[in-house]
Amino acid sequence: MSHRLRVNPIACEAHGMCAELLPERIALDEWGYPLITDDSIDRSLLDHARRAAQACPTFALLVERRVEAKPGRSSVKRAPPSGDSPAVTIPP
Amino acid sequence: MSSSPTLMSAEAPPEVLYETPALPRILEGIRPHGPMSLDEHVEVHGALPVERRRRRRAESPLIGEVERAGLLGRGGAGFPTATKLRAVAEARRQAVVVINAAEGEPASRKDRTLCESLPHLVLDGGQLAARAVGAGEVMVCVCESARASLESIALAIEQRARMSGPEVRMQLVAVPGRYVAGQENALVNHLNGGPALPTFTPPMAFEQGVRRRPTLINNAETLAHMALIARHGSEWFRQLGTPGQPGSALITLSGPVADPGVYEIEHGASLASLIDAAGGATARVRAVLLGGYGGTWIAGGHLHRLLLSDEHLEPYGASLGAGVVLLLSEHACPVAESARVARWLAGESAGQCGPCLNGLDALATTVEAIAGGVAEADAPQRIARLTKLVRRRGACGHPDGADNFITSAMETFAAEFAEHARYGPCETCAAPRELPLSTQGIA
Repeated sequence: MSHRLRVNPIACEAHGMCAELLPERIALDEWGYPLITDDSIDRSLLDHARRAAQACPTFALLVERRVEAKPGRSSVKRAPPSGDSPAVTIPP
Repeated sequence: MSSSPTLMSAEAPPEVLYETPALPRILEGIRPHGPMSLDEHVEVHGALPVERRRRRRAESPLIGEVERAGLLGRGGAGFPTATKLRAVAEARRQAVVVINAAEGEPASRKDRTLCESLPHLVLDGGQLAARAVGAGEVMVCVCESARASLESIALAIEQRARMSGPEVRMQLVAVPGRYVAGQENALVNHLNGGPALPTFTPPMAFEQGVRRRPTLINNAETLAHMALIARHGSEWFRQLGTPGQPGSALITLSGPVADPGVYEIEHGASLASLIDAAGGATARVRAVLLGGYGGTWIAGGHLHRLLLSDEHLEPYGASLGAGVVLLLSEHACPVAESARVARWLAGESAGQCGPCLNGLDALATTVEAIAGGVAEADAPQRIARLTKLVRRRGACGHPDGADNFITSAMETFAAEFAEHARYGPCETCAAPRELPLSTQGIA
């Protein structure tokens, strides 16, 4: 079972505890908000990650089990490229 | 070559309207002023088709039809509409349908045009979607500043209630006119009595939205297309457009053209034909911004052969988004305009997420410094670093859109930015501003 780290950016108030407790995965940006350098958490780091999540005063750090992506996620869909262009007529 | 225009103006004179075999579709029968009544609407498009399911619990045939049509969402993200419909239809609880006509993009007028002039086409789509996903209510979200849209939709809901039985309840909801208010979770938050601001996901709206019910949120134009697909079928829909982006699209064209406004084009139509349909350019066009203020600039040299579909725009890193096409004339300074938009984008941050709140402000400050000729030598590097710091670090896509806009502006107008950084404001910096920044900004 692999886990991943996620930050709730709305809840996060830049206390910085997470970077103290999990420096292997979390750095701080110039305003003190966490930068996740790698979101994967294997067994060796799981305890540290959970400790960091529990220490967050706003519970903004999440250690989640990896789940399959669900439909409906708001990502930009790119249409596959295609060779032929449609006939275009310029109006009179 | 036949004389079939691929473009239709919302304000075009009636004789043009009926000359075209293929277009208009959405804008068919549109009146110069005021909404189309229910009777007129039925006369133009025919009555709402009756749905026939093989078994009571079988999937609505409309979902398969929309899937075969290849309809993509027209709110900007271009997500396949059938996938959304299916996800909500398969949920166990009874769903809610939300029509998104919040249109927070300052340069977009298409949702307003639809609501003001063709309310029944939009409501048809809402009703069909509700039927397809088994929802009992439809909520129509319209920007509170769009008076005519609010009035027209309210009247249309009343007309329909008098005509038909209680198949579906329709309710009009005014939403605040800020940029992020039209984001899906912001709408849900607003409809649940909270502020119209994005929330942390999951849950996504299709899982748990309005009153924790599975919620289908579709852009007004998407639903208007669905209303036509239900009547004419997927094959008809695919007769226009490109394989990857079938059908027609509403485009809001603004900038130096004789007649800016909302036009219906076939996906893949040329930018040149769109400008021609709008009465031609009134000044030399320096660049075009596609997809609004989260979008991408394309400059001069490519403009004459630009085709408006996502597959043709992909090499430029651009997409049509919600159909905003903004032309910038030679009379405007792209650096000053970009700095103004960057500052506006920073102001439109909901202020909920630290990286967005701090990062967009820092970005705007740096872009302004370059425009004013007072930036440090490493300002471009600072912008590159800041854009990486905001990307994907907000609860919604607003910081990513700001990154797109600023990065694209710096690349497209690299020479102009370098000149401003060295010599300060140019003579066109003082010219009248061209890019509209309030939703009332363009005609």
